[in-house]
Amino acid sequence: MNINLTLFAQLISFAVFVWFTMKYIWPPMIKALDERKARIADGLAAAERGVHEKELAQQAALEKLHEAKQQSAEIVSRAEKRAAEIVDEAKGQARVEGERLLIAARAEIDQEANKAREVLRTKVAELAVMGAEKILRKEINAEAHKDIVDSLAKQI
Amino acid sequence: MASGDTITSSEYIQHHLTNLTFGRLPDGSWGIAHSAAEAKEMGFWALHLDSLLWSVGLAVLFSYFFYKAAKNATAGVPGNLQNFVEMMVDFVDDSVKGSFSGRNPLIAPLALTVFCWVFLMNLMDLVPVDLIPRIAAEIGIGHMKIVPTTDPNVTFGLALGVFALIIYYSIKIKGVGGFIHELTGMPFQTSNAALKPVFFVINLFLEGVNLIAKPISLSLRLFGNLYAGEMIFILIALMYGSGIVMGLFGGALQFVWAVFHVLVITLQAFIFMTLTIVYLDMAHSEH
Repeated sequence: MNINLTLFAQLISFAVFVWFTMKYIWPPMIKALDERKARIADGLAAAERGVHEKELAQQAALEKLHEAKQQSAEIVSRAEKRAAEIVDEAKGQARVEGERLLIAARAEIDQEANKAREVLRTKVAELAVMGAEKILRKEINAEAHKDIVDSLAKQI
Repeated sequence: MASGDTITSSEYIQHHLTNLTFGRLPDGSWGIAHSAAEAKEMGFWALHLDSLLWSVGLAVLFSYFFYKAAKNATAGVPGNLQNFVEMMVDFVDDSVKGSFSGRNPLIAPLALTVFCWVFLMNLMDLVPVDLIPRIAAEIGIGHMKIVPTTDPNVTFGLALGVFALIIYYSIKIKGVGGFIHELTGMPFQTSNAALKPVFFVINLFLEGVNLIAKPISLSLRLFGNLYAGEMIFILIALMYGSGIVMGLFGGALQFVWAVFHVLVITLQAFIFMTLTIVYLDMAHSEH
């Protein structure tokens, strides 16, 4: 175990290599490590934010859905009401129309009946006159007894 | 082994424990020592070329890969190399944050260098003891110790560097007066004026030992562990020359010891790093 100049050579090289490490190796490594740490922290924070935002969006979507359901229910009920109204209206119109038709028909019938009565009346009058003519041909002429025949015909 | 001739066990061990030493030869010229005795003769003005070559080589390797990772470091998805380097940096950073209470941009890079470098130097202990010396012998290099941390010069060199930082920061943070007070004002304190000089001397002695013990324990612990480990590998390697049964037994032993040594080398690197941090933390903190 000889102590000699090697000791100082070693001491100097030690100093040189420590200096080298301190100057060129340590700072960039620590910088990279710190940067990565910061990046990971940022990433985690962003992820957390994302989760939070997703929750908010879900909540908003639920609200929207609820609103839409309510609206649609409202629309359906309104539509149903309207449909019932329309049906009622139609029914009413139909009834009115029916009545109107009925009245018209009745009027027509009455008219027809009157017409027929008129025709019948004339015909009866003619017949009566004809009958009377035939009866009276033997005894009287038509003009002499016209007012009597007319009053008879009016009683039909 | 340096030569193909049969040599004794002690010669074999001696050979493995001799560094490739460059210094002044007995004849007055400068050159590489041929034997352990010659290396010892050179005294202080000599260099262990193998220790320096391997330690600096490993440090360059470490610097190269870590620099490559650091230069291309991105905050995005890291590659394999960057991932590994980040793991080491994170590990060292955690250790420093756990043990060092002050703020000093030097401590963490220092700890990283210490840990990786000591670990790599220790790792050379797991290379079979004869492999590289044998290759070196083939190309004409007589001695080759490939584990720099089994050379006390290397471990003392590291520990002295740490010691210099301890002194520097003690004085920088506490001032010269504060540092002297720390060395002389404790553990014994008195208000008696007559006793003060006595306590001053006693305190200085105790705290001085305490201070000096730091680099010595730091370096000797690492050196002792690795030297002992290396020695056991050499002793196991001796078995290979003693017949097939002993050879197989030695092989099994070498495997077991190497597995155990994986723990030792990592642990020693970790202890060296942790103590470096702790000593410097003590230098930074006021009492």
